[in-house]
Amino acid sequence: MTEKLTIGFLPLVDACLPILAHEHGFAEEEGVALAFQRDVSWATVLDRLLYGHTDAAHLLAPLAIATTLGRGRPAQPLAAPFVLGLNGNAITTRSDLAAQIAAGDGLGDPREVGARLAEQVRARAAASRKLRFGVVHRYSSHNYMLRYWLAACGIRPDEDMEIVTIPPPFVADALASGEIDGSCVGEPWNSVAVGRGVGAIVLATAQIWRRGVEKVLAAREAVIEERRPAFEALIRAMRKAGAHFVDPANWEANAAILARPEYVGAEPDLILHAISDRLVLRQGDAPVPYPDFMFQHREAANFPWVSQAQWLYTQMARWDGLDFSEADAAAAGRVFRPDVYRSALKGTGDALPGASSKVEGSLAKPTAVTAQQGDMVLEQNSFFDGRVFDPDDLQGYLAAFS
Amino acid sequence: MRIAIVDESTARASIIKEGLAELEGCEIFVVDGREGLTSRIDEIAPDIVLIDLGNPSRDVLEEYFAVSKALARPIAMFVDEADEASIGASIDAGVSAYVVDGLHANRIRSVVDLAVKRFNAFARLQRDLAEAQGKLAERETIDKAKRILMRSRGMTEPEAYAELRRKAMSSNRRLAEIAEAVVTAHDLIGDGE
Repeated sequence: MTEKLTIGFLPLVDACLPILAHEHGFAEEEGVALAFQRDVSWATVLDRLLYGHTDAAHLLAPLAIATTLGRGRPAQPLAAPFVLGLNGNAITTRSDLAAQIAAGDGLGDPREVGARLAEQVRARAAASRKLRFGVVHRYSSHNYMLRYWLAACGIRPDEDMEIVTIPPPFVADALASGEIDGSCVGEPWNSVAVGRGVGAIVLATAQIWRRGVEKVLAAREAVIEERRPAFEALIRAMRKAGAHFVDPANWEANAAILARPEYVGAEPDLILHAISDRLVLRQGDAPVPYPDFMFQHREAANFPWVSQAQWLYTQMARWDGLDFSEADAAAAGRVFRPDVYRSALKGTGDALPGASSKVEGSLAKPTAVTAQQGDMVLEQNSFFDGRVFDPDDLQGYLAAFS
Repeated sequence: MRIAIVDESTARASIIKEGLAELEGCEIFVVDGREGLTSRIDEIAPDIVLIDLGNPSRDVLEEYFAVSKALARPIAMFVDEADEASIGASIDAGVSAYVVDGLHANRIRSVVDLAVKRFNAFARLQRDLAEAQGKLAERETIDKAKRILMRSRGMTEPEAYAELRRKAMSSNRRLAEIAEAVVTAHDLIGDGE
């Protein structure tokens, strides 16, 4: 009998892999039937997951960790056996601010854009009206990437600016009304703001940490154990969906599927921007190609590296002002489940790395790495400020920020 | 006890408010719209906040509770695990609750149970309405299909109706579906008029 999995998601382009695994029949091929539950807040996606309305969810990776550690609610262990994608978010500001900080054309150097933003921050502080930026959730990579960039450019996110939570569908409205001056959000919501002429894209998060971890497929730990074969089937189906998603021949068809009201519910043309790595930065401009704006498939992009989870934990400790805890760091690392990913794909010929953790941000050029199966070449993986994250020295990494 | 109902649907909010009015010693506030949500909550200083699961502002509200400096700040109603059944019922009904720590469990339960009943009642009303609208639309389609048959095949109205019924029964489909097919075919092919 075919097993059925219900997957919760928020209307964002990076919910694409489970959706396309269903729409193109890859899930069926693997013997698992998928149903979807669309919601409009992460709180609801999480509630449904915790109370069994859904079996799995498209979830912010830091939120999966925060839930496991009991930040904000009683702890409930979640497991993430699959990374739904790397990067794919952007920083969009009001057009007047963008005119002050963005490069003349194309996406600017993050250091230069940051330095110009720092000038604006100082000017506004003098006028006693701090700049306010929106992020989608406190426990999101959007929040951490934005803060990482700001701090490295000499801006203290909580003192010099304000960072508030804005649901993605409201970002364009909030920019238009002046409620926020900028935001870090996933697609298509940057493109929606640009299309309405209320903001301009000034940076892609891939410029802050190239190959930074984004959403994960998460489930309750116990549910993964109980239904391991179904989850492994889903992982194989999503790998097939990823190969389909990155093939330019399928871009338009996939944009049309994702655009449907039961999925993202946005204009197919806007969705195509993210899928094809061609962003329109300002209303009326020609699209600017930016390779690997979203990164869903190559280089075993979906492999849940334990080091990615640990990097997120260091940022949680940094911005929530927590004392570093060895036990929490270990628990955060255990949320990512390379063991499940490996057993799902063993024997398929798909690339599997030899290690489960790596030094993040240390690759300036394509590098061959040891593989358990297939060929593994990792391309550039770097933080814009040149820092390197060594998962064997979390405390040293954290201490260097203060 | 101060209860805030956050709902973008004013119709539902008033149904819930009316339901909670029977509780003694409760002051009820309705917050609609997204603008100024957190400052309204700040003013109200509620003991319980009820918000529907479909409200995009839930993340904003949770963020506000997380960073709020207020001593009596509400937290998501997950804490008391003995209340699992009650929480399950509220999620099924589509409502989430945030409560200030230290409130009496029975008080919370009576509020949440009432809210759940009201949410379910509202959902039932909407279902009935959608069903009634669907039936109306179906009747119009059937009338249209009858007129097409009457015109193109010279049938009387009872004959046209009988023909649609016969086709529905023989193909094991609903009358409305057959009528829909007739109307669609007519739109595509026309009848030479």
